[in-house]
Amino acid sequence: MNPNLLLAIVLLPLAGAIIAGLGGRLVSRMAAAYVTIAGVAISCVLSLIVLKQIYWDGVPAFNGPVYTWLVSDGVTMQVGFLVDRLTALMMAVVTFVSLCVHVYTIGYMHDDPGFKRFFSYISLFTFSMLMLVMSNNFMQLFFGWEAVGVVSYLLIGFWYTRPSAIFANLKAFLVNRVGDFGFVLGIAGVLYYTGSLDYTAAFEAAPRIAQESFPLTSTTSVEALGLICILLFIGAMGKSAQVPLHVWLPDSMEGPTPISALIHAATMVTAGIFMVARMSPLFEHSELALNFVLIIGATTALFMGLLGIVNNDIKRVVAYSTLSQLGYMTVALGVSAYGAAIFHLMTHAFFKALLFLAAGSVIIGMHHEQDMRKMGGLAKYMPVTAVTCWIGALALIGTPFFSGFYSKDMIIEAAAASHRWAAPYAYWCVLIGVFVTALYTFRMLFLTFHGEERFRTAHAHAASHGGEGGHGESHGSADAHHHGGEPHESPPVVTVPLIALAIPSIFIGLFTVGPVLFGGYFGDSIFVLERNDVLAELGHEFHGPVAFALHGFITPTFWLALAGVVTAWVFFLWKPGLADRAAEALRPIRTILVNKYYFDWFNENVIARGSRLLGRALWRGGDQVLIDGALVNGTAATVGRFGGVVRLIQSGYLYSYAFWMFIGLAVLLGWFLLRS
Amino acid sequence: MASETTLTWATVAPAIAEIYLAIAVCVLLLVDVFYGEKRRGLTPTLTLAALALGALLTAQFGAVTERVTLFNGMFVADELGHFLKLAGFVFVGFALLYSRTYLEQREILKGEYYVLALTALLGIFVMVSAASLLTMYIGVELLALSVYAMVAFDRDSGIAAESAMKYFVLGSIASGALLYGMSIVYGVTGTLSLDELAGQLRGELSAGVILGLVFIVVAVAFKLGAVPFHMWLPDVYHGAPTSVTLFIGTAPKIAYFALALRLLAEGLQGAVAEWSQMLAALAVLTLVVGNVVAIVQSNLKRMLAYSTISNVGFIVLGFVAGTPEGYSAALYYTLVYVLMSLGTFGVILLASRKGFEADELDHYKGLHARDPMLAFVMMVLMFSTAGIPPFVGFWAKLRIIQELWATSHPWLILIAIVMSVVGAFYYLRVVKLMYFDPPGELPATERNTGARVALGLNAAAVVLLGLLPGPLLDLCARLLH
Amino acid sequence: MITLAHLLTLSAILFAISIAGIFLNRKNVILLLMCVELLLLAANFNFVAFSRFLGNLDGQVFVFFVLTVAAAESAIGLAILVVLFRSRRSINVEDLNTMKG
Repeated sequence: MNPNLLLAIVLLPLAGAIIAGLGGRLVSRMAAAYVTIAGVAISCVLSLIVLKQIYWDGVPAFNGPVYTWLVSDGVTMQVGFLVDRLTALMMAVVTFVSLCVHVYTIGYMHDDPGFKRFFSYISLFTFSMLMLVMSNNFMQLFFGWEAVGVVSYLLIGFWYTRPSAIFANLKAFLVNRVGDFGFVLGIAGVLYYTGSLDYTAAFEAAPRIAQESFPLTSTTSVEALGLICILLFIGAMGKSAQVPLHVWLPDSMEGPTPISALIHAATMVTAGIFMVARMSPLFEHSELALNFVLIIGATTALFMGLLGIVNNDIKRVVAYSTLSQLGYMTVALGVSAYGAAIFHLMTHAFFKALLFLAAGSVIIGMHHEQDMRKMGGLAKYMPVTAVTCWIGALALIGTPFFSGFYSKDMIIEAAAASHRWAAPYAYWCVLIGVFVTALYTFRMLFLTFHGEERFRTAHAHAASHGGEGGHGESHGSADAHHHGGEPHESPPVVTVPLIALAIPSIFIGLFTVGPVLFGGYFGDSIFVLERNDVLAELGHEFHGPVAFALHGFITPTFWLALAGVVTAWVFFLWKPGLADRAAEALRPIRTILVNKYYFDWFNENVIARGSRLLGRALWRGGDQVLIDGALVNGTAATVGRFGGVVRLIQSGYLYSYAFWMFIGLAVLLGWFLLRS
Repeated sequence: MASETTLTWATVAPAIAEIYLAIAVCVLLLVDVFYGEKRRGLTPTLTLAALALGALLTAQFGAVTERVTLFNGMFVADELGHFLKLAGFVFVGFALLYSRTYLEQREILKGEYYVLALTALLGIFVMVSAASLLTMYIGVELLALSVYAMVAFDRDSGIAAESAMKYFVLGSIASGALLYGMSIVYGVTGTLSLDELAGQLRGELSAGVILGLVFIVVAVAFKLGAVPFHMWLPDVYHGAPTSVTLFIGTAPKIAYFALALRLLAEGLQGAVAEWSQMLAALAVLTLVVGNVVAIVQSNLKRMLAYSTISNVGFIVLGFVAGTPEGYSAALYYTLVYVLMSLGTFGVILLASRKGFEADELDHYKGLHARDPMLAFVMMVLMFSTAGIPPFVGFWAKLRIIQELWATSHPWLILIAIVMSVVGAFYYLRVVKLMYFDPPGELPATERNTGARVALGLNAAAVVLLGLLPGPLLDLCARLLH
Repeated sequence: MITLAHLLTLSAILFAISIAGIFLNRKNVILLLMCVELLLLAANFNFVAFSRFLGNLDGQVFVFFVLTVAAAESAIGLAILVVLFRSRRSINVEDLNTMKG
């Protein structure tokens, strides 16, 4: 493979970003858009060519340096690429999603004063992401990793006039720093045990490191490889928003959504998943690390889904859904089904992008209203958005034949087949997660597109509070849309990407599941020990995508999803009208009514309220109090208090300063003279 | 001891920087006496020209290819010294360039200020080239006395006088400790020459040497600003006129690096096990106190003072490693840190106006809206100081951590990393204030084109050295081998 | 017979007195300046004593330099004191605490 081709893929978005960002007045608004789009588009085409060469033409994987950055103390830092099948797939996904975002941005950000800057950021983001994905050494991986973080910081803070965006901004940065801290330590561990930062060297050394142990204190020690892998995974937890480092993702929705939401949810968060898959030769040798991964993933998958049920902000629901789906991917990693994780990552990128853009379209159509309680019945006004959103939802809940079904079902099957000790916990979490997913997804659909048209009253309400800007996005492009009460379908620049994404959301799973998961697509780019290879076990029972989908109808998964949809329907579509009609229509069959009422009551008060309470308790208690309050803000507060105490020593008096110097001198004297 | 009886060009040329600067100081003083009152801008302009000429002369004639000692073993000339002197010329030049408008507006644009800056620079050079305890002491005092006077330069400012007094008294204690330590070391070894000292201190150390060593370490720690000898630093940074804070916070750091290197790493290398342990303890305290107390500051200059303390912790960590690679990491860190604080204080100077000191954090609210260039430069500098790649500050921290790793100090690494995460918080707060907070009713910033160009260059250097760290890293490694 | 140990003890006592003087004195700044001088003298005393007992003149040369520097140091110290008095109308050590924390 030609290294120049690979360099072009990486550098074109960078060039676009530089031109758009630093061009000043020389570059007009639309020129900035076209330049960056052209850069990313060519990069996307080239990525597809690379994918074709690697998969169909059988070109061997490329692994080598392209530029030597610096040599310091025997450690060489190079810019190098490792492009094998895994990388090629990721490159295609990253550039494709990024391209969609670029195009969509023209419409969404049209009237924004920061138009050019925004294009510059998202191109820079693409560049960083590609550097991360294509790296062949830890140093470059870390650079991509940090660069992605910095750009994301810029993107989240894009609306810097909004106070909430600022907090989200700082929080995202600090939480990611916690993750990066683990990541750096992990890389340091690799360097310590192998003396090299190259993937190849590290992977070769993995079985050897697995035998070593790292002393924590003089008496206790820990499996060295397990420690390294867990540390690396902590980095992934930050980037891929796994519990308890997930707090930044829902808040990052403060950026100029849905674009930043999308770029985070569909692109950046995949970095962690990709990294673990890339490091599969390391993780495979450590049961400890994989069990850790499994527990974190399963917890994220279930509990973040529950949070989706209680949120009313349409973007936040999609955001929690993303968290939950990332949990699924992590579970797949944890049971050594790396292929399934990447496969879900790919299908998820399509339908989640679709859902985000659809949510954005709804927000535009509703004149920048994001509260689902103030929507309803929008299907009539926004048919294209509604239909595409339905497709995305069906894919998300795993309806057979839709893309999400193949990837998600495979993860659940893999969890069931795994022999790890944490696997049963993970299995139950992901299984219940199916029900929860269906519930929140359809709740969102029903509240938004069907049922009573609540927006009229809501708008009257909003009008009386006009100018407060308290509802959703009231900046930039919002002004252009404040011209009327009726919701309306979005312009083609928004709906065309929706349709473009809806098609792969349906079909991509059907066509790719066979080759990607069981056709040996990943070849030797992913390493799985034979005893862990659950995908191979599943492969014996796999008889083509259609048979698999038909089989899907008789699995508990499908029925759980259906139950979720029905529950959503009962409570959010059917129930609102029930109160009016119940008085007459249901009076004759009193017993049934009573039973029904009792059932309703039970549902409403025990199951629904219970799950609401649980979700809310998790959100309030777990998320806000424990993690946000105690860990994030609490640490800051503790440090602040400590600082407040320490500063008292600096009393302002000369003699006290002299006294402290004398104490320092005396302590040093005592310490060293008494010892010698 | 090499003793030259005759003075030839070859035995004098390596000291060209010092000789030239001493002459330049005298000339400038005379010029100022005769023409200073009539033409206000003359001395400042001449000073800059003198610095440029000095840099040229040093570059042309001061270079040496190998280490030589001159003047009866009092003076050492090596590649490191040559490079540090050039850096000194450049850093002082930039510092004076940034300060001019500020001094003018406060009506303290006087020739003496520039003369004092040059004598301080001379002190720096003497320290950089000191080969004997005596020369080192002279250098330390020359620098310190000039700087005390500069801090008190604004006679109408009460806090400046207060901080000068504190600095003076505490600094004198430190010189006393240095001198006392030197006297004991002299008593035990019978020599003042650092080279001979290094030759004599081998194997088991006597209690006397350790006694002297502790005093010397205390003095070095004081000069650098390591906890618990740091207390002068916040008050002096806060109280001094900002242009003086800028001066103190930059070029002298090179000298203090040289102080630690020449005294501890070269002269007392036989006691490396002892002093590196002392420095390790001080470094931990320094990192913790510096970063934690910086968080609760509301005055930017004071916050930067604590930030300096925390950065000093890193420089000290480089010495803790106790290897030439460790010293080269400390050198790199020092240079990078000076570059960054030069820019940071430059921003403060440009944000201040006549009768308005932009030294509270709140004065930076919405700076982006008022002056995008200044805000951008500050953001770059803050990111870099926080150690965020790809800026140069990241490499500096990485180098130190690398060397600690190489010499197996895992706990120090852990503390350094945790504390730099804590540190990132207050640097980012500045960025947050500038970019995300609404601008209040604050005076416009200063529009001095020359200073702005210099500031742009300064920020560009931070970015470029971050993107291409190789050359400077190699240079630092070469200078200390 | 006066031995080296006697001289060193005396210098150590001088050193300790001056340090104690600096942080015990809470009234007059001029006293601080005097203590600083004493500090330097303690070190000088050491140099002279060692020089005498080592038979090496370097130490005494050093003392001359230190005395010169000490003179300059007092000059600057007093100048700062004058500036301080001008603006504060007080040379009380306890008044020097406007900056802290």
